[in-house]
Amino acid sequence: MIEVKGLVKHYGSKRAVDNVSFTVRRGDILGFLGPNGAGKSTTMKMVTGFLSPTAGTALVNGHDVTRDPVAVKKQLGYLPESAPAYGEMTVEEFLGFIAETRGFRQRAEKAARINRALDLTHLQTVRTQTIETLSKGYKQRVGFAQALLHDPPALILDEPTDGLDPNQKNEVRALIKKMAAEKAVVLSTHILEEVEALCTRVIIISQGKVVVDETPEKLRARQPGARLDEIFRTLTSSEV
Amino acid sequence: MSQVTPVFKREFLGYFRSPVAYVFLIVFLMASVGLAFFVGQFFRANQASLESYFTFHPWLFLFLIPAVGMRLWSEEKRTGTVELLFTLPLTTLEAVLGKFLAAWAFLSVAILLSFPMAVTAGYLGDPDWGVIAGSYLGSILMAGSYLGVCSLTSALTKNQVISFVLSVLACLVLVLLGWSVFNGALSAVLPVWAVDLVANFSFVTHFDAFTKGIIDPKDVVFFLSLTGFTLFLNVVALER
Repeated sequence: MIEVKGLVKHYGSKRAVDNVSFTVRRGDILGFLGPNGAGKSTTMKMVTGFLSPTAGTALVNGHDVTRDPVAVKKQLGYLPESAPAYGEMTVEEFLGFIAETRGFRQRAEKAARINRALDLTHLQTVRTQTIETLSKGYKQRVGFAQALLHDPPALILDEPTDGLDPNQKNEVRALIKKMAAEKAVVLSTHILEEVEALCTRVIIISQGKVVVDETPEKLRARQPGARLDEIFRTLTSSEV
Repeated sequence: MSQVTPVFKREFLGYFRSPVAYVFLIVFLMASVGLAFFVGQFFRANQASLESYFTFHPWLFLFLIPAVGMRLWSEEKRTGTVELLFTLPLTTLEAVLGKFLAAWAFLSVAILLSFPMAVTAGYLGDPDWGVIAGSYLGSILMAGSYLGVCSLTSALTKNQVISFVLSVLACLVLVLLGWSVFNGALSAVLPVWAVDLVANFSFVTHFDAFTKGIIDPKDVVFFLSLTGFTLFLNVVALER
């Protein structure tokens, strides 16, 4: 579903992402781990077509992001870090705009799409509130609703549970799990328990390079008895 | 190109979702009509024409259009919504056109809201309606060119203040090139053909003909091509 082939991104002389490759199949939830500044967000931005890679490419459902970015964007739902949205719009208006750009222009279909996204993310109670008046947890859910609106085959979520309280985190995890059966999901996170609770595969990225690509069980088996964050520290600090 | 519509709609309605639209419309009308009455001697000139209204437009636009244009892209970059916009299935050109046309339509509304002036002239005397229509057309076309410049400078930075200053400077150059005082000084050192050449790049030179009721294709082409060229650079600046 998502095929990342040798992505490289330079910022000046700095190599932010260095030859990153991986594949995500339908039904996979891929956890993207790494210290801050390791290149997680940059990699995701290249897959979504927001940044153009210095070298390499990504294929989503067979479409090449460097050749046909619009086709890739149609296949993807993307939740950018900190869930940006147009603050002066109400939740309903904002999702209406997303629906229209996603090609749902007929009134009934548009309304059905918006309602479905609002139901999935439990936003019905705030649908007529402007986004800038919402709390962080609600804003994050608006970002989610936006990414899910067109029921995309692939989802890319940049720190979807960042800044949420424990209950909201659980809710978001449950939502991701529920949808994952028929989708390919990539999510980045700092929270290691989240990987165990949610992901079917883990990639650890450090200084732009993939250092681990395996199942959470195998990752745990690397140092039996050790906690996940200890394993994470060994793997990402050995590079420095 | 069908993706221009939702972007246009969101942007245009966006003005009215915040106080921006109301503050701008009021200030624009007070300034433009005020200048016509108090500086342009609208009544005392004893002529049934709107010349005293339109003659100040190149100077008025110098400050008021950057005020509208500065936020076009800077705001999206600052709040991060640019990432959202460019991961939706649309091309950079569609996004640029949608936002530009929305701002242009908004400015046209501001300009056309001065219609009571025309009604007054029609009530008190017998104005040349062709001249008035031509002036409105010229003013709207010129607003498009100013806005193209402002949209471009806005795409270069996420700081609205820098964007505003840059666009005022760029527009000031384009006004001064055709200002009679400046041309007079220039003709002391340059031959006439060179002064004419320089003046040909100015808003003022091309706008003057419209206010006399002359719709010359070369003036229309000047404004449209300047707008087109700045929007092209705008796309390049965003894709960089």
